[in-house]
Amino acid sequence: MAIWVDENTKILVQGITGREGSFHAEQCLKYGTKIVGGITPGKGGTTALGQVPVFNTVSEAKRATGATVSVIFVPPPFAADAIMEAVDANLDLAICITEGIPVRDMLQVKAFMQGRRTRLIGPNCPGIITPERCKIGIMPGHIHKRGPVGVVSRSGTLTYEVVHQLSQLGIGQSTCVGIGGDPINGTNFIDCLRAFQADPETKAICMIGEIGGSAEEEAAEFIKDNVTKPVVCFIAGQTAPPGKRMGHAGAIISGGKGTAKEKMDALQSAGIRVCESPAVMGQTVKEAMEAASLLV
Amino acid sequence: MKIHEYQAKELFRAYGVPTPAGQSAVTVEDAVAAAKTLPGPKYVVKAQIHAGGRGKGGGVKVVDSVDAVKTAAEAILGMQLVTHQTGPEGKKVKTVLIEEGSEIDRELYLSIILDRSVGKPVIMASAAGGMDIEEVAEKQPEKIIKEWVDPLLGLQGYQARKVAYALGIPEACMKDAIKLLSGLYRLFWEKDCSLVEVNPLVITKDERIIALDGKVNFDDNALYRHTDVIKYRDLDEEEPLEVEASKYNLNYITLDGNVACMVNGAGLAMATMDIIKLHGAAPANFLDVGGGANAEAIENAFRILLSDPKVKAVLINIFGGILRCDLLAEGVVAAASKLEVKLPIVIRMEGTNVERGKEILHNSTLRFLVADTMQEAAQKVADAVKPVSVG
Repeated sequence: MAIWVDENTKILVQGITGREGSFHAEQCLKYGTKIVGGITPGKGGTTALGQVPVFNTVSEAKRATGATVSVIFVPPPFAADAIMEAVDANLDLAICITEGIPVRDMLQVKAFMQGRRTRLIGPNCPGIITPERCKIGIMPGHIHKRGPVGVVSRSGTLTYEVVHQLSQLGIGQSTCVGIGGDPINGTNFIDCLRAFQADPETKAICMIGEIGGSAEEEAAEFIKDNVTKPVVCFIAGQTAPPGKRMGHAGAIISGGKGTAKEKMDALQSAGIRVCESPAVMGQTVKEAMEAASLLV
Repeated sequence: MKIHEYQAKELFRAYGVPTPAGQSAVTVEDAVAAAKTLPGPKYVVKAQIHAGGRGKGGGVKVVDSVDAVKTAAEAILGMQLVTHQTGPEGKKVKTVLIEEGSEIDRELYLSIILDRSVGKPVIMASAAGGMDIEEVAEKQPEKIIKEWVDPLLGLQGYQARKVAYALGIPEACMKDAIKLLSGLYRLFWEKDCSLVEVNPLVITKDERIIALDGKVNFDDNALYRHTDVIKYRDLDEEEPLEVEASKYNLNYITLDGNVACMVNGAGLAMATMDIIKLHGAAPANFLDVGGGANAEAIENAFRILLSDPKVKAVLINIFGGILRCDLLAEGVVAAASKLEVKLPIVIRMEGTNVERGKEILHNSTLRFLVADTMQEAAQKVADAVKPVSVG
């Protein structure tokens, strides 16, 4: 089933009556995604977008619809609470699109999630898409194409760029996951790599990292020992100055750590193909797949 | 957000963390008046700028009379202080901190930061204080004590004791050290700090523990709930263009090159800078106009990019996706005409109605260079800024 979501996944939208939530929920519906309910406290009993029932709480919505996934479009001051509500309702997956959540709130969310079953994707991410089956998030659906490449990325529009390159070359994607640009997030590279490795539909993996933190180095270690499928990487921010936050809250070289060079070296020494230029990502995936006789 | 040392020490005192007695001053007269309130005979005059390395640049003076405070304040106030963090042009000093001198026995290091890989705040301490902690971490990592704090429980007493004993704090000030640690942690947590650093933390000859220096940074995403912290913001310490951009919610960072870039999304913006460099040119800035990239954002972005005199060409890279390229193109043409942009503008865009968008650019009277891929765009803009050889 690709990873985590497919055409049968039933989805709730937290914040469905807000501007962002209603716009993107409509786009997802047009893509064919099964959005079965929305949550806006105080608007329970109404209908959104002409067809989606609105509930006051996530657990009530889950009970009424059988949904297993929620996507969160809630403003930053209330987003941590919305994530915890989804986790408390025992959903399989919560996807938080919201950008600008304070780190302290996310530290509490992470601690709260310990021992609970929900997987969190994001925050500050474009979402997840299993092309031609299910789009949950803000990514443009039409650039995607069903196929064999799993994509995982800390970035939004840079992922679209890479997906576009792949689709132009006739190479589709199994699932694309945006894990988000914040320093504290839910699902990380390793979670996605493990899932892609286990997924029979995924034949190759494309990983897009950026400066800040050490998630890419940890991923390199994991790939060396656990991933047999070809992996192609790009690290954004080779020209970024130290000490400056490059748009994403997590994209900062601090104390000389988290540079693109360190990450590229770690990935290369783990035997992973690393692209210097973002323009050759698609082509490099193609070559890696050809070398492994995965493209016919 | 960063603040000054004297502001950090105000916060320290509010959280029961002992600091040397002192006051900030913006004039020499105030500096002298501040010195007169202190016991003497030793005084310290410290330049207040956001960059580190002030001592080496001549921004910190230890003196032994009120007259000498006057001389030091005259020298430091108004100087262009150059440190390894300011760049060669330095930073103008507008404020000094006048403090009582301390008789130092030992210098320690203490900081609280976020450990991203485990998702917890971590206290880092070292008996090798006053030194460059990054160097200690690199060469003698065993000399750094680390204690991770559970975000739901906060710092526990045993954890503070563990750190204090590992630092070899004398019994006479052990209780104060533990109080200091818990005060700094409460500050870190309650004010949404991204960094609390005391370097050096000192033990005086009469066995008191004092935060001799202080550095506090805040999580920008949490400033909305700390109006008391926002008032510490000093716009003079920030790049003027970055301040201007922040008014329009644009993420802008000044760099050294001459190719201005305007991109939607942080990752793509960094990747665009990278590809400019790979083609032999250098980016003048990082600029993320946001996922939406609407006409207003584009006009504001243009104005900011063009006010940087280094800029010789502009590269616009917009991956629209849901955004319509025809509307984007109209926005770019309108902004470029309104602002009378004379520089070459290379545009690469992708998204809905991209062909119609390109047509609009081609039909405009302005000279746009349209590219289909990032590669082509980077090549075109690199060619545009290449010095013309005079034959």
